[in-house]
Amino acid sequence: MVGTCTDNSALWVDNGPWPRAQSTEEVRVTSTAKTVVPLGHVVIRFAGDSGDGMQLTGDRFTSETAGLGNDLSTLPDFPAEIRAPAGTLAGVSAFQLHFADHDIMTPGDRPDVLVAMNPAALKANLKDLRPGFDLIVNTDEFTKRNLEKVGYGTNPLEDGSLDQYAVHDIALTSMTLEALADFDVSKKEAERAKNMFALGLLCWLYSRPTEGTLEFLRSKFAKKPQIMAANIAAFEAGWSFGETTESFSVRYEVKQAPMVPGTSRNITGNPALAYGLIAASRQSGLPLFLGSYPITPASDILHELSKHKDFGVVTVQAEDEIAGVTAALGASYAGSLGVTTTSGPGVALKSEAIGLAVSLELPLVIVDVQRGGPSTGLPTKTEQADLLQAMFGRNGEAPVPIVAPQSPGDCFNAALEAARIAITYRTPVFLLSDGYLANGSEPWRVPEVSALPRIDPDFATETNHDGEFWPYLRNPETLARPWALPGTPGLEHRIGGLEKADGSGDISYDPENHDRMVRIRQAKVDAIAATIPPVEVDDPSGNARVLILGWGSTYGPIGAACRAVRSEGLEVAQAHLRYLNPFPANLGEVLHSYDRVIVPEMNLGQLAFLIRGRFLVDAIGYNQVRGLPFTSDELKQAITDVISSL
Amino acid sequence: MTATDLPMPGLAGVPRTDEKQTAKSFKTDQEVRWCPGCGDYAMLGAVQGFLPELGLRKENIVFISGIGCSSRFPYYMNTYGMHSIHGRAPAIATGVAVTRPDLSVWVVTGDGDALSIGGNHLIHALRRNVNLKILLFNNRIYGLTKGQYSPTSETGKITKSTPMGSLDYSFNPVSIALGAEASFVARTIDSDRQHLTETLRRAAAHEGTALVEILQNCNIFNDDAWAPLKDIDTRDDMLIRLVDGEQIRFGKDGQHAVVRGKDGHITVAEAAEVDESDLIVFDSHAEDPGLAFALSRLADFHSLADTAIGVFRDVQRPSYDRLVREQVAAAQGAQEPDLQALLLGKDTWTVN
Repeated sequence: MVGTCTDNSALWVDNGPWPRAQSTEEVRVTSTAKTVVPLGHVVIRFAGDSGDGMQLTGDRFTSETAGLGNDLSTLPDFPAEIRAPAGTLAGVSAFQLHFADHDIMTPGDRPDVLVAMNPAALKANLKDLRPGFDLIVNTDEFTKRNLEKVGYGTNPLEDGSLDQYAVHDIALTSMTLEALADFDVSKKEAERAKNMFALGLLCWLYSRPTEGTLEFLRSKFAKKPQIMAANIAAFEAGWSFGETTESFSVRYEVKQAPMVPGTSRNITGNPALAYGLIAASRQSGLPLFLGSYPITPASDILHELSKHKDFGVVTVQAEDEIAGVTAALGASYAGSLGVTTTSGPGVALKSEAIGLAVSLELPLVIVDVQRGGPSTGLPTKTEQADLLQAMFGRNGEAPVPIVAPQSPGDCFNAALEAARIAITYRTPVFLLSDGYLANGSEPWRVPEVSALPRIDPDFATETNHDGEFWPYLRNPETLARPWALPGTPGLEHRIGGLEKADGSGDISYDPENHDRMVRIRQAKVDAIAATIPPVEVDDPSGNARVLILGWGSTYGPIGAACRAVRSEGLEVAQAHLRYLNPFPANLGEVLHSYDRVIVPEMNLGQLAFLIRGRFLVDAIGYNQVRGLPFTSDELKQAITDVISSL
Repeated sequence: MTATDLPMPGLAGVPRTDEKQTAKSFKTDQEVRWCPGCGDYAMLGAVQGFLPELGLRKENIVFISGIGCSSRFPYYMNTYGMHSIHGRAPAIATGVAVTRPDLSVWVVTGDGDALSIGGNHLIHALRRNVNLKILLFNNRIYGLTKGQYSPTSETGKITKSTPMGSLDYSFNPVSIALGAEASFVARTIDSDRQHLTETLRRAAAHEGTALVEILQNCNIFNDDAWAPLKDIDTRDDMLIRLVDGEQIRFGKDGQHAVVRGKDGHITVAEAAEVDESDLIVFDSHAEDPGLAFALSRLADFHSLADTAIGVFRDVQRPSYDRLVREQVAAAQGAQEPDLQALLLGKDTWTVN
């Protein structure tokens, strides 16, 4: 039965210091006499075929959960194939949601409830479910043919292999069909509504409100009233089934989490990043120009920005990755905020153009939503293995600042900051997001637009050298060169990829000049460190001897792991880098003040390599490249091992 | 009628000046570093000589190039300019033209830059019809890398990289442009200043992408590549000058003519030997690009016989950048967009 887990809190992986609600706490009884059990947090995983609508189901459950004021974190996990053959392992699509009555940092290591819509979904996900936890299966799909497709010799629902789980056998498809028998929809359409039946059931089980989903369905199917009615009916049937079935003897509630004051919403990383770019455009007064070629998992930024032409946003879906970045660079040259969005393979194609931007010293934001590599790799899975590509992946000495967001909502701030650096220093800037940030979601405290910083493009309008205009006569403080837009009278000048003379910008092959220019370009990027905040260390007792240093999307799992380590009485410090190039000015000092530095990364040690080279610190890598975020459990173990070795 | 009297939709957004300009106004203090005798000098002179008649503010003119000998061009123009990377100039220029209707944007490129490494950008600029003027200097050789064959070199050409002769079949730039849905395509020749200037004028006036192939001599690595079209003894019998509203005839006395054959193909015949009704009257404004395409392919790659020059196609189609701006304008209402509302979205909750 579902209630098993509530009686044994030791089974739960708690991500925070907040104790889970005990079953002795307030227990209410609903009108239908089902017991309501309070829970501290829950991890649900919806898994089904690509065509089963699992992402939509997860999104809707998330929206209702966000609206209730739970803290939450989500992890969509879907295949690269749009529709792999139905019922196969390759076609399994999943959505995991962790929600709580307290502050949480990850989408959860393992599900407490697994919803498996077919045998393939069961087979692909069962390994993550612990004994005693809930498994909801759609029995209708466990046909001989479907079982054979994924190599089940016998039906796991009947052969006893699932005895260790709390299995809820539910004929989701046939009950949906039954509920829709009187509706004017085809059998196929009725079947497709089974995800809404499942959503209705889960909403009942976890006491989620329903109005948001009903409103969503009304609006989504406004032009197809029959489909709308069928989906609403399926959703309500799922809810009613929960009320009446004996399969669920209790239902749960997860109370509101204490949240930061202000107005919040739920958001995934890609739209947050797009909003950050629009905000940067607004705050700098530069029109936003996006040159982009579609690529997973970055395309949603192109889609999002294409919707906001009312903000003066121009999006050009270019003929290739190179045209995307070069058109953006052309737009920057002409006075826009030029942006290109891509993933790792696209960055490889753009490298020469990024080098040109380094040489031209023009603002440009390159968004790399990292995915598994090399080559085509794992298009829909996350990874952090483009750090060194961003850092070094160009010919010549071509330093490029790198900024990385640490959570989906943080993509907004990181985008704004990348644009600030690009505009202020006249330089291309890498914004390194990843697949997990792009598609994962969390509650986001919506910033006050009036409080956002201004960005001054500081265009050149007058000659600067004895009545002439020298395009490479720099601001002595920032080392930024003057940015004179075409159309500015008297400042006509030529720039290009050839080495130019310091100051005048004329072509120069002089050895001493080249040496000087290479050093100046590096010094300009290094100087950015003066305007970025020092790295902060979370070391509650101040006595930790081990520092965990991370960057990007590992912030959540590292934070959860550190909490778990501390909850066992051990001491550990955490620092997380937003700036990978240049590093914050105090980083070396921080690193040298700990006996051990552990660097967990979803690559084979790229930040660790930089740290070792730069600071001569014997960093310990903790590395996995499985296409999925770290679990806090495994990190906790790795940290504990190092602490114990001291 | 001077060019400034012509309707110039391609320059509609570009501010004019009353200041008197001369060719010298467009010269820079940079030493020109092309080889002595290079055909590029003629093009530089023609462009600097012709720009004053447009009467544009020179700060509103931008020259963008890629890599190659021709791509040094912007350094010698006293306007705004960018010498970029190999093959990418049309894409960079797209970013400039889409965001700045007040600029006259020119791309200078060569047969390697435009048709080899940058072929993709060229065809997509043409199909989109971005308001760019692309000057493609075609010398049928790689000059800056010192003498390898190019995409327009004739099959069998012996070069440093093809000691036994090139195996590649040649590209025909005008045919490519027509196939890529270009709205304006022309071919001219570096040795005919008048024809070159007239072609530039019409290109400048055009709204959208104008591709001008300029047959240019590289006297170091491919000298006399176009000689039969320039030689006073041969040119009249080789060059077909396309003139709107006129029969397509050439030869010293107009004795040769382009006629439509029985199977619909066009062919060259002696005017005296064909029926008057078989002669073709040229019209660059014809919507159907069929005749222009056929004319572009009359030339023999080796002998250069029957090479047509002039404006092959000049039709009106809204430019991409104008359409982009119209979409943005349509999306923008009377009120300022509300960024705060965008960030808030539809589902929020508030904690006090």
